[in-house]
Amino acid sequence: MNFETIIGLEVHVELKTESKMFSPSPAHFGAEPNTNTNVIDLGYPGVLPVVNKTAVDWAMKAALALNCEITRHTKFDRKNYFYPDNPKAYQISQFDQPIGEHGWLEIEVNGEKKRIGITRLHMEEDAGKLTHTGNGHSLVDFNRQGTPLIEIVSEPDIRTPEEAYAYLEKIKSIIQYTGVSDVRMEEGSLRCDANISLRPYGRDEFGTKTELKNLNSFNFVKKGLEHEQIRQEQVLLAGGIIEQETRRYDESTGKTLLMRIKEGSDDYRYFPEPDLVDIVIDDAWLERVRAEIPELPDARKARYVSELGLSSYDAMVLTLQKPISDFFEATVKAGADAKLASNWLMGEVSAYLNAQNKELEGTELTPEGLAGMIKLISEGTISSKIAKKVFKELIEKGGDPNKIVKAQGLVQISDENVLLEYVTNTLDANPQSIEDYKNGKDRAIGFLVGQIMKATKGQANPPLLNKILLEEIAKR
Amino acid sequence: MAKMTKEEVIEVAHLARLAITDEEAVHFADQLEAITNAMELLNELDTENVEPTTHVLPLVNVMREDKSIEGLPRELVMKNVKEHEGGQVRVPTILD
Repeated sequence: MNFETIIGLEVHVELKTESKMFSPSPAHFGAEPNTNTNVIDLGYPGVLPVVNKTAVDWAMKAALALNCEITRHTKFDRKNYFYPDNPKAYQISQFDQPIGEHGWLEIEVNGEKKRIGITRLHMEEDAGKLTHTGNGHSLVDFNRQGTPLIEIVSEPDIRTPEEAYAYLEKIKSIIQYTGVSDVRMEEGSLRCDANISLRPYGRDEFGTKTELKNLNSFNFVKKGLEHEQIRQEQVLLAGGIIEQETRRYDESTGKTLLMRIKEGSDDYRYFPEPDLVDIVIDDAWLERVRAEIPELPDARKARYVSELGLSSYDAMVLTLQKPISDFFEATVKAGADAKLASNWLMGEVSAYLNAQNKELEGTELTPEGLAGMIKLISEGTISSKIAKKVFKELIEKGGDPNKIVKAQGLVQISDENVLLEYVTNTLDANPQSIEDYKNGKDRAIGFLVGQIMKATKGQANPPLLNKILLEEIAKR
Repeated sequence: MAKMTKEEVIEVAHLARLAITDEEAVHFADQLEAITNAMELLNELDTENVEPTTHVLPLVNVMREDKSIEGLPRELVMKNVKEHEGGQVRVPTILD
């Protein structure tokens, strides 16, 4: 690669307030089309917007969580554009006095930590949703029109598609912890546009950038950037020039396609919003919001390493999603060993959720249930193998692990005399395997263990069984 | 003195989605030039230490509590809509 890649990301996050940014109509996802609108959202003549105080609080909360400086005297501006998703023909946004500036967050890629700057975080309103029917018409649902949004713009500090992915995961995680948004990309409450340009190594000035849109998952962001990186490189190597343009990522082909030559900021003819007065944030307001910020993922991660002895990687994975992290803490609080609880959550639980395409809240598993099961393993009452059966029951139907184990007769056989009887019977029935083992075929032992496990319905205590089996073979 | 060209007028008219003829563009260019030149008189004032005014009223922090009020009935919303389909507004497709 002869070029250095420069990436900047713009992330839009919908705040989950009860009402809209500038109007009192409900701001909920999933309602019947065009039932959550009023005259303000629909841009009727003579209506006036009024700022939602909670939305300002939450934008400030997100800005503080992302280490931004809060602009004490801030205001709204009008951004003018014509598109059927917005009946007003302008969006109320913030231009030169965004509520937050100069923030940063830390990402970790391949074990290396890196700080990514956040240029600004500003408040604005969302537009309606357009569905293109493909027959020359589009359908508009204005329910989303006016939903509070924050736009978070990163510095051009990102150098690889992997770093872009890590940055998005981190933003999602931090915002999720603050509780101001659901940050669900599939529901559109988190969206991302990416700017990318190349420059020869060693050069200071940036090359011309293109903007990628229609990136509907973190994976598509990564893939779109990977494709665009190669496309730009090929254009430049062939002696061509990159046009400043907006390109659309096509999920089916993995390619980016030209949408339009990008409009400059002048074309939006921003001016201060005459229908809204300025916002002045005093110390008391700022400190009240700051006090509401809970422990954030980085702090939790550090605590899991120092207090619970988890590896840095495990702590990072566990703290990425707040529901998982909260669940983990409750499981430890219910008496489970931290390392084992972490292994189960990152292993079986995570695999189950992925396979079933479910979220933890959508299952029957409780921290008490998981902790109880882990205790049964630690005490040797059940084997790890049997635990998987108990786990399936717990996550699908819930209940008390002790009762499940008793009711289904899953208690591990750790009585040496009982195991000896199984071993003796099995060895008597398989003299060939004993001979094979003595002739150096180690696999024979696996066969014998398998036979005994089958006979005990998987309940034999594995280490004990191994010990007795080897002792008995040696005697023969 | 600022010069307003026909091209600038056509550009601004396009951003505002106004259909104007070339003759009109020339006509408006002259008018707009006169207006902007008149406004340039203001530049004679020293505003170095004057805060920009966005509002004439000494008001800040006018906000409302986050309480929602049920949206308008959809039938009412659709009364001013030219074409609709399945509760949605039907418009010609414009791919941006």
